[in-house]
Formats: sequence, structure tokens, C-alpha cells
Amino acid sequence: MTAWQRSSTSNGNPAPVLSVRNLEVRYFTRAGTVQAVRDVSFDLRPGESIALIGESGCGKTTLGLALLRLLPKGARIVDGEIRYRRRDGQVIDVLQLDQEEIRRFRWQECAMVFQGALNALNPVLRIWDQMLDTARAHAALSRDEVRERSERLLRMVQLEPERVLNAYPHELSGGMRQRVMIAMSLLLDPQIIIYDEPTTALDILTQRAIIEVLRSLREQLDFSMLFISHDLPLAAELADRVATMYAGKIIEVGDVREIFYNPRHPYTLGLIKAVPPIVGELYDISSIPGTPPNLIEPPPGCSFHPRCPYARERCAREMPPLYEVGALHTSACHYWQEVKLERQVVETGD
Amino acid sequence: MTEPLIALDHVSMVFRTRRGGVRAMDDVSLSLEAGEVLCLVGESGSGKTTTGKIVAGLLKPTSGSVRFRGQDIWQMDKAQFKAYRRAVQIVHQDPYASLNPIHTVFTILAAPLQRHGMVRSRAEAVRRVVELLETVDLTPPESFLFKYPHQLSGGQRQRVSIARALTVNPELIVADEATSMVDVSIRVSLLNTLQRLRDELGVGFLFITHDLAIAKYFAWHGRIAVMYLGRVVEFSPTPALINDPQHPYTRALLAAIPEPDPDLTRRKGKLQLRSLDIPSLLHIPPGCSFHPRCPLFEAGLCDVQRPDLVPIDEKRLVACHVVARERTGTIAKHMASPVGISSNPMIGADRGEYGKESS
Repeated sequence: MTAWQRSSTSNGNPAPVLSVRNLEVRYFTRAGTVQAVRDVSFDLRPGESIALIGESGCGKTTLGLALLRLLPKGARIVDGEIRYRRRDGQVIDVLQLDQEEIRRFRWQECAMVFQGALNALNPVLRIWDQMLDTARAHAALSRDEVRERSERLLRMVQLEPERVLNAYPHELSGGMRQRVMIAMSLLLDPQIIIYDEPTTALDILTQRAIIEVLRSLREQLDFSMLFISHDLPLAAELADRVATMYAGKIIEVGDVREIFYNPRHPYTLGLIKAVPPIVGELYDISSIPGTPPNLIEPPPGCSFHPRCPYARERCAREMPPLYEVGALHTSACHYWQEVKLERQVVETGD
Repeated sequence: MTEPLIALDHVSMVFRTRRGGVRAMDDVSLSLEAGEVLCLVGESGSGKTTTGKIVAGLLKPTSGSVRFRGQDIWQMDKAQFKAYRRAVQIVHQDPYASLNPIHTVFTILAAPLQRHGMVRSRAEAVRRVVELLETVDLTPPESFLFKYPHQLSGGQRQRVSIARALTVNPELIVADEATSMVDVSIRVSLLNTLQRLRDELGVGFLFITHDLAIAKYFAWHGRIAVMYLGRVVEFSPTPALINDPQHPYTRALLAAIPEPDPDLTRRKGKLQLRSLDIPSLLHIPPGCSFHPRCPLFEAGLCDVQRPDLVPIDEKRLVACHVVARERTGTIAKHMASPVGISSNPMIGADRGEYGKESS
């Protein structure tokens, strides 16, 4: 508690709207206990956008669900703190909220748009009825208020309210449904929105439309964004800060430019080298050898060491802490000084 | 003059549905030389998967012809058709659905070897399967031989699918989004394996993807065909297509793709489309099907006349009235007729010009 208060007021930044400390999430399965989220700490500041990147199975979606206490049966937060600062400045402990309080916390304070949001809409209800249901379930708003807000938000996401509100989900395209979900997430004016893979499975031009919508919403409205994605280019587009997750842990955090131009963790570096830019020359791209570890028994020491080209004997023994490697940039690698991004041009355009 | 390995000539494919005919492919002409890499790029509903199935002989086109070494595949006798089906193999997108869960890797790979009489004994089958597993970098092969698909990761399963395609020594592999379902870190090594097959075994690829970054990497020495609503709208050598796109749709796509580089991606010039939404395949717009969204739209031209895919220089083909006029001084439609029956510029006398860049 005291450690948390100190960090929230130091270095001159505004107090975070969300503070996560030492979060541990476990899945209890017949095969064993899965350590899905391990010792995760981070702050989300007002108006900030953080991208949580990592490959499937790294724990990023579990972390998102844990923040809203929406974990499936069999999963539990076993340790850690989630502190949320309301607009009136009052700090609440999300893990202590009772059922009624957490219900209001969701959507009103913190909304989440899930991956596969396309299926999150009820197929037999018109969009308007779903908007109304959502609003009524989580807050006391009149019908007219909900109508007025829905229309304004739908216009903000470039949809025609009259047409969309009367439509059933199947009458809308994937991109339109995704924009409906985004509008819905903003319905109760939350301070935080968590987007899980907001553009996955959408076509390029539709993805672009979603990105532009999210960008303009952030300019017009006041909310913080945590988005979860395996897609590095999306992070480059929308994030102020990037946190890389691997094997349940956050292994690097930094300003978006720092992470992309000066990554200091071999895993982040590997991800960046695996995704070449489209325009321009042909760059050499390389893969990360091996496969992600089993989270029932993560490797000792640094969990990336079996796949890491920089690994030495120490890495298998000693779990690296998040070292300060630059201004507001941390990396959990013993040998971060040696990690450097260099792109090799294979061939030029003509 | 040798015939191309595969040539589609004015191929259309209409699927009958209760709500009417869906034209998944509309007058597509493409050809592929032996050992060539051709990427088909497009969004969902562009007809790229249908094109792949037509090339692999899994679908019979509604009209137009598919020729394998000059011979129409739908007029072949049984033996010829079998030989063709052996020469062209397909690798599907979903490695979880394309392998039989109750068979081991060995059984999956040995079945086609035995079926096609390529091995005579079990010992020989084992030898060949081991060799195949090594070819697709599943090493050590012994540890994979008797595994079931559920014991493998997505990337490993996809390698088994590739090995299965290789059992019959194909000349062409149709890879339909073969790398889209695996994680980024694994995707690259899968692509490298495919690239090695091309270099070492001389296998050609029809590589179908929605991801231009992957297309760029895989087909740098080949060509890319961009499809939109069942038609090829641009067909060029990869470096030219990526760095100097001509068709407004290709330009829009390239401008829209987020880059893994914050400065680059945030200053990229975005192309404003007139409409965000892709028209339904049940109601394809008249004229150029891209006209309702196109920034270069000219009323009375683009919404009336359908542009043909015409050369704008010695290597590139574009189906756009406005671009063709600017680049060649003629309207696309009028270019088609003088070329006559060989109006398909991909095949016939001038093929050499559009042939593959290098190997």
C-alpha cells in the first residue's frame, strides 16, 4: 500500500487511474496449476494508451479479464493489488468490491471489448435494445439519455444512428459491428477501456477505419486505453506506451518509440524482427527459435532463456528483475546492454 | 514455345445460393510458370480462395478454362487428371482441421505414398517419411513419426500438412493462408521452410494471403496479383507493386496497412475512400466494382464500363480506366479488343515480358 502510494506520486506524472501491483493469476486444472499471470505490475495514467503485446498463451487476455474480475471458473487472482482512482479522486481496491459494486465498476468505470466482439452482440436483439440493456444494467439512465448518448457515440464511430440502432447484428458488417461495440463501450463514459484484439480478423481497410475511429475518440473524449494485441503494427499506431508479455510476465515496458527503436529485451527484439515494414526495402526477418514455455512449470530463472540467443548460465538460475534501462523504460533481461536492434536490408526496391 | 504450368483463361465462378448467384470469380486470367511464386492478395470475399481451389482442380469453373501444361484439365482423361492432381497440391489455412486426428504423422504421410505407388515396402515408406519430415524441418524426425496431431503445435501441424503436400513431388503448391494461423515468431520460420522448398526442390507456389507484408517477403522475386470482388485489379512484380502501386485499391490497401514503426505508420499518407464498406457479392456494382469507393471515380466512365486488366508498361497490369489513361493515353476498355483472342496478356505471345523476374 505504501509502496503503491509512493510510486503514484513520484516522478511528476499525474496519479495513475489504474495501478496494478504484483498480480498473480492461476488456473487450477487437472494437469496442474497454470501460472497465467506472474508478478505483473503497471500503472495506467489518465488519457494514456498502453499496448499489451505478446503471443497467444502469454497471459495477456487473462490479465485483461483479471482487471475486471471476469476470470472464468477455475481461475483465481491469488495475490496482488488492483487500485482504481475514480474521477472524484477516491481510490478503490478492485479486489475488495462486492458483487453489486463490481457490476457498476464494469462499464461505468472500466469497459472491456472482447476479442471476437462480433459474436458479443445478441443476434435476436436490435442494436438499440442492446444499448438500452447495457446502460440500464450498469447505471441509472433514462431512456432519452441513453438514446441521446447512443446517437452521439455512433456518429463518433462513423455510423448512421437511425440505421444502426434499428438493425439486427446480422444486418451489419464485421467492421460496423466492431464500431457498435466500441460505441457501446463508451456508453457509460468509463475512464478505462480494455480492448482485446480490436482489429484482429478484420480486413485491412476495415482495420484502418477502426484505428482512425479509436484515434479520434481519444482526441474527443477523456479515457485511458489498454489494448491487448499480438499485432505489433497496431501498437505502433495507437500506443503511448508498450508492455511486452512473455510467459505470464511483463518483461519490458517503455514509451512506444523506445520499444520499437531501442528494444532492450531479446523477446521484444525478436518480435520486432519477425514483422517487417511493408513499404520500402526488403528487410531480413527472422524468427524466434523454439516455442513458448509450459506455464504449469515455467523454466527456472528467466523464462525466455531456453529460446534466447543472449542467454548465459546465469539466466537459467536467476530471474531477472525489471531493470531501469532508460527514461521510463524497463527490461527484465540481465544482459539488456547487449540487446540492440539492427535491421539488415536484403535488397532494395529495384 | 513451352506452355505455362497453369493458365486460367477468362475463368468465372458463380456459386448458386438461395439469394441468387454469387460471382466469386469474374473473368480471371492468370498464368504461372514452373517454379514461379505468385501471390494472390485480397480481402475476404475477393475470390482468392476460390481461385486457389480452381487452380488445384477442386472446383470446376462456371466458364473459362484451366490448362495444365497447355491441356484443359476438365477435358483430361482419368490418368491425365490424376497426374495433374498429383502435380498441384494444396495446403489449407487451418492446420487443426486439415489433419485427421486419429492418424499418426506417419500414417498421414505414408498414405499418399502408398496410394500413389511411390513406395513399395513399409521400410521404404518409413525412410521416405523421415526424409520428408527433415525437409520441412521437423527434426529429429523419429520424435514426430508416431505423434498424433493433437500432440503438435499449430506450426508443427502446418509443417506436417506441407510434408503431406510434398509426398507426391508436386510442381506447384497452392498455399491458402498457410501461415496466418500461427504466431508471428513461428510464421517466419515456416515461410523460410517454404522458401527453401522453392529454392531446393524448384516447387512453384500460388501463395494466397490477406497479408501484404507476408506477400512481400515471400514473393519478392515473384509477382503479386491483387483481387477485389472476384477480379484481378493489379498484377505486377512484387517490388513494383509494393513500392509503386498503381490501382487505387492497391494504393488504398498499402496506405491503410499499419507499419511496425511508430513514426512511419503515423505519418503515412492515408488514402480517403469514398465509402468504408465493401459491397456485397450479391450486388456487385456495375462498371468498375471499386467505383463506389474509389477516389479517382469519374461518373459516366467508371460506373458504366468495366475496365479490363491491361498493361501500363512492360511489366505491370492494371484494371483502372483512369490509371490506364494517364499511363498509356488510352481507356482500358478499348485496349482489349485489338489484342483479340489472346486478350489475356498473361498468356500467349508476349508472355515473356510478363514472365517471372528471376529465380
